[in-house]
Amino acid sequence: MPDAIHVHAVVPERALDLDVRVPDGSTLAVVGPNGAGKSSLLQLISGELRPDPGLVTVHGVPFSGPVRHVPPHRRRFGHLEQRPLLFPHLTVADNVAFGLRARGTGQAEATARALAELDAVGCEDLAARRPAALSGGQAQRVSLARALAVDPEVMLLDEPLAALDATVAPELRRLLRDRLAGVTTVLATHDLLDVVALADDMIELGGGRVLARGPVDDLCQRPSTPFLAGFVGVNLLHGTSRGGSEVWIGDDLAVAGSAAQPLPPGPARAVFSPAAVSVFAQAPHGSPRNEMPAVVVHVEDRWPAQRVVLDVVGQRIAADLTPQSVAELGLGAGVPVTAVLKATQVTLHPGAHPQAGDGARPRG
Amino acid sequence: MTGAATFPRWAWVPFGLTLVLLAVPLTALVVRAPWGRMGELLLSDRARDALALSLGTCAATTVIVLVLGVPTALVLARSSGRWAAVARTLVTVPMVLPPVVAGLALLTALGRRGLVGSTLSALGIEIGFTTAAVVVAQTFVALPFLVVSLEGALRSAGTSYERAAARLGASPSHVFRRVTVPLALPAVASGTALAFARALGEFGATLTFAGSLQGVTRTVPLEIYLLRESDTELALALAVVLLGVAAGIVFLAVRVGRRRA
Repeated sequence: MPDAIHVHAVVPERALDLDVRVPDGSTLAVVGPNGAGKSSLLQLISGELRPDPGLVTVHGVPFSGPVRHVPPHRRRFGHLEQRPLLFPHLTVADNVAFGLRARGTGQAEATARALAELDAVGCEDLAARRPAALSGGQAQRVSLARALAVDPEVMLLDEPLAALDATVAPELRRLLRDRLAGVTTVLATHDLLDVVALADDMIELGGGRVLARGPVDDLCQRPSTPFLAGFVGVNLLHGTSRGGSEVWIGDDLAVAGSAAQPLPPGPARAVFSPAAVSVFAQAPHGSPRNEMPAVVVHVEDRWPAQRVVLDVVGQRIAADLTPQSVAELGLGAGVPVTAVLKATQVTLHPGAHPQAGDGARPRG
Repeated sequence: MTGAATFPRWAWVPFGLTLVLLAVPLTALVVRAPWGRMGELLLSDRARDALALSLGTCAATTVIVLVLGVPTALVLARSSGRWAAVARTLVTVPMVLPPVVAGLALLTALGRRGLVGSTLSALGIEIGFTTAAVVVAQTFVALPFLVVSLEGALRSAGTSYERAAARLGASPSHVFRRVTVPLALPAVASGTALAFARALGEFGATLTFAGSLQGVTRTVPLEIYLLRESDTELALALAVVLLGVAAGIVFLAVRVGRRRA
């Protein structure tokens, strides 16, 4: 598939150095901690941030580059962010028609298109209302209709569901999936559900760089970075394989597990669920299990369980325990324990540390 | 009254004094006004000339204030840095300048022998002591009222709607017409009302720069000053008209301003 979007850009004042491609008609999810550069990437594409130096092309046309910078209002891109930002002085129908009117379409044609878009998001009966009379979910639907009314070349979504009630978000997520099918989309999100429901590929940004990239299914099943592991809700230990079905964490600790193929010697990682970790005050010494000396970092409530974050030879893993066990073991920050893990519940993957997984970068 | 008072009880004393200080002179004006002869007085030549001149010049001033002031406020609201601070100070100065000093400044700039005026004079354009001078003087003192109040409103409104409009494909001028101005309309209205009221009351700068020629530059405040001893009744009648207009404008400005919330 040809690339619909290609961003190859450096922005020194934001410490950005990115090379990101989005295949035509696909959706790319962008994840990473706050300040990682997710919004900056969207702004690079929308034209609100200029690369210095770098190039942003959409369908092969350079939109931002050394010789040319197309201002945001001359780009036919759709935006949807956390706030619907409907113009409070216009009716819902006029809001949806705004983009077409601004581009010179006549009133009648623009209104007809606006009503069709409202119909497609299930809001046709709201056309005459003012935005102040809408619920949060309705406003976000109208905002989606407004963005799609101009037939955008690409859609840029920045946390589109983050401000909505948990009861409203799933419906809107389904709507986004229907309405954005076949539209090249970049989606910045903190929510695994958004990624799984909407995206084909995924990148993790950290410190203004791409730390991991790949198809959503691959990265969810075999997260290559601690952030992705936490994002997906699994534990990740980085180490080295000496061949066989063990990953050595440091020199003295081996984690046994099952691998799809025998691990080649070299960097490798062990992936397991927080529910697969049990915690003991003293080492229990049962046979097919991994025993790891650990220190409690902190304990947090994750009803109905309590999540105990442990430090294992400098890496962090999470264990989900019942509140009773946490109380019986007297777990709190700084308490030394033994973390135990059944080998059958650990999957092993070959793979390097995140930084080495980065693609080509522009000068810098 | 509901809830607990959030101010000390002694604050009622200065509050009461303030009301007395402001209300007594205004009441005196209203009480002493020659209500019985009001129609006859206001239809006299001098009164009609002054009222027509004030109305016409204030209307012209208001149009100029809007055309210049709204874009100026927008530029200031969206700018930062040293030059913007200098421009902001420049815009604010006429508000605190004694009007007679403003008139003197206009005279030295635009008068017949003034810095710019001498050139204009050579081209056959005379501004000083004409009706145009009245409009210039009123604009000079009134423009800041619109710019300063509107700039604050635009700044606190932020740019998110304007950004959303640009992303939908609206050019900067389209955003200005369809988003910025409509959203700021209450602030534009109250700023315009304040500027109009300031222009209506203009005295010092007008007298200094435009003089006091009946029907040409003698606006209502100037006429009131001239008549205050020779024809007190007419002076009071005109004063009551100004008071009524000013009160009406403040009432409208407050109402429109509150609709914003």
